[in-house]
Amino acid sequence: MLSASRVMFGHLEDVVMSNLLDLIIAGLATGAIYAIVAVGFTLLWQTSQTINFAQGEFVMLPAFLMLAAMQVGAPFWLAILIGVLLSMLLLGLGFKILLVDPMLRHGVLPLAIATMALAIGIKEAVKQFFSAEASPFPSVVPAGDVTLFGRHVALQSVGVLALAILAVIALTTFLNRSSIGHQMQAAAQNPTVARIVGVPVERMILLTFLINAVLVALASLLITPIYLAKFSSGEVLGQAAFIAAIVGGFNQVRGAIAGGLLIGVVDNLAAAYVSTQYRAAVPLILLIVIILFRPQGLLGRPEERTV
Amino acid sequence: MKSIILASLFAGALAAGAANAQSGAPIKLADVAELSGGGATVGTNWKNGIDLAVEEINAKGGVLGRKLEVTHADSQSNPGVARAQVQKALDGEPYVLLGPGYSGSVKVTAPLAAEAGITQIMGGEAAELTQAGNKFLFRTSFGQQSSMPKVAKYINDELKAKSVAVVWVNNDFGRGGRDVITKEFGRYGIKVAADVSTEAGQADFAADVSKIKAAAPDAVFVYLNEEESARILKELKRQGVTAPLMGETTLVGQKVIELAGDAANGARGHVGLTTDAPVDLVKAFREKFVKKYNYVPDHNGLKGYLAIYMIKATTEKMGKVDSKAFADTLHGLTIRAANEPGILMDVTFDENGDIDRQGFLAEVVEGKQVIKQVLPKLK
Repeated sequence: MLSASRVMFGHLEDVVMSNLLDLIIAGLATGAIYAIVAVGFTLLWQTSQTINFAQGEFVMLPAFLMLAAMQVGAPFWLAILIGVLLSMLLLGLGFKILLVDPMLRHGVLPLAIATMALAIGIKEAVKQFFSAEASPFPSVVPAGDVTLFGRHVALQSVGVLALAILAVIALTTFLNRSSIGHQMQAAAQNPTVARIVGVPVERMILLTFLINAVLVALASLLITPIYLAKFSSGEVLGQAAFIAAIVGGFNQVRGAIAGGLLIGVVDNLAAAYVSTQYRAAVPLILLIVIILFRPQGLLGRPEERTV
Repeated sequence: MKSIILASLFAGALAAGAANAQSGAPIKLADVAELSGGGATVGTNWKNGIDLAVEEINAKGGVLGRKLEVTHADSQSNPGVARAQVQKALDGEPYVLLGPGYSGSVKVTAPLAAEAGITQIMGGEAAELTQAGNKFLFRTSFGQQSSMPKVAKYINDELKAKSVAVVWVNNDFGRGGRDVITKEFGRYGIKVAADVSTEAGQADFAADVSKIKAAAPDAVFVYLNEEESARILKELKRQGVTAPLMGETTLVGQKVIELAGDAANGARGHVGLTTDAPVDLVKAFREKFVKKYNYVPDHNGLKGYLAIYMIKATTEKMGKVDSKAFADTLHGLTIRAANEPGILMDVTFDENGDIDRQGFLAEVVEGKQVIKQVLPKLK
């Protein structure tokens, strides 16, 4: 009797544990994409005080640019390249020159509201010129399983996680090791002094916009095969990235990464163990708790800006 | 004297106007559908089906010599908006109201149409819609009370499953389907291993599929809308769930196959309406639709098309365009494809507005819906 119950509970424990591991891996994969988007978010804030409420739509759009390129006959790899370049042109250069520069003179809040308008504009434009229906999107990571810690894990989860980590490592190495990276940090921390010592501050700010454009294009490439290409898919992503940035620390790249991963995992665990109906509320509750008890975020520092 | 002449002239003009309304003026139909939002696939197919049928009928001289004229309004897949749009449509005094496709939207708009005494031909499939005693509401496809018993029987007889995970979307459509199928499972002694409720518009299904995986069921019953069906099929494949997947119409539909790609292979489902049906008239419909719109319609395209031919057949049966007598005529009416090819398959409407027609069992094989069995009309 006793041994029977031990066997039963042992089995139950296995089920719960394996389920938990699946949930955490899936959560990390989505969280890594949130992290990429959140990093772009914090970069824009640090160099130009831009709170980009259209960041979610910035992730949604490149997938459609790539789809459009494929529709006119480009192979997938070329479509990705075109998508990234167009994203840099429209969401990097165009966004800065046409919206941020003219609005920022009037303060942070008018700019933030202008980005909300931009979000609606992008969404409606995609709905009108492409379709209100979802479209399938090819995956850069092939389907299949890999064995990890003696368990079968989807190659897509691992691939997405690996690509996201690579992107983040590349970015932080660039910011911390290269001369341009140092100049960007200087421009963010103290633009006046940076200008005096000869750092081309304007060009550095433009560079952060271009980096953000590449990051959102990458996120788009990774998330769209799972969520499908749809005009409204930016809403969830933008909110998740915003929460991730605040939870992790708005003024730290590593904070945004930690925040993204945390939101991804918490969201998945909430959906499984709390309720699907309330899953969307759980990250927001986390946000409130962080704001109340640690307003600078988990890894953020008060009153300081670095890239 | 002068006033008498004027009065008679006026009366003559009035009579002429009335006569004009009787014969030459177009018959006005109003459609309210999910043209954007989560149900965009449903609404767009429905609308295109309607437009195709109207075009065909008008090209052949219309109904009783009068052309059909249809206006489309967008419910944005939102019951609140649907209600406002239906109210607006009814104010225009249409002959018949078409749509919406979502059960939740039908539920809140049906009382408006009934109050106005206008017949509503809709796409909703929730069981409760035709059980509220509404004398003006008609289906274009099977309600859940007709389709779910067939699904449960298949899961019991063919899949021989003893435990089933039920994944459903938390709206009127999903909840209705889940309630009926759970009851049917009870009759066969099939256990519900996991009861997974999901949200409309949900993007991430990793957690839901983990729950299913942990429950290790003999089969999974998936009852979601198009896009969500595609996402969960991909996630089920990603997490390596190998239990047979069973659904109803949507799961094995064209849009889901297109969106889910490889992940849709092997999925099975009962379908009341499909363009893959081994029926010549349905094949001809499919060809015409593809020629006009350049894509293969799902069952909602068929529903919209059939709705218009229901109107044609009923009106011709009455021999007059009479909005008030329409519903009474359609109740109990059998329309035969031999007499009205546009109806595609013989169909009978009962006193509740539910339909009896043949159905099919389908499986997705290498990205294509293949009909495995034909389930005959009951009467």
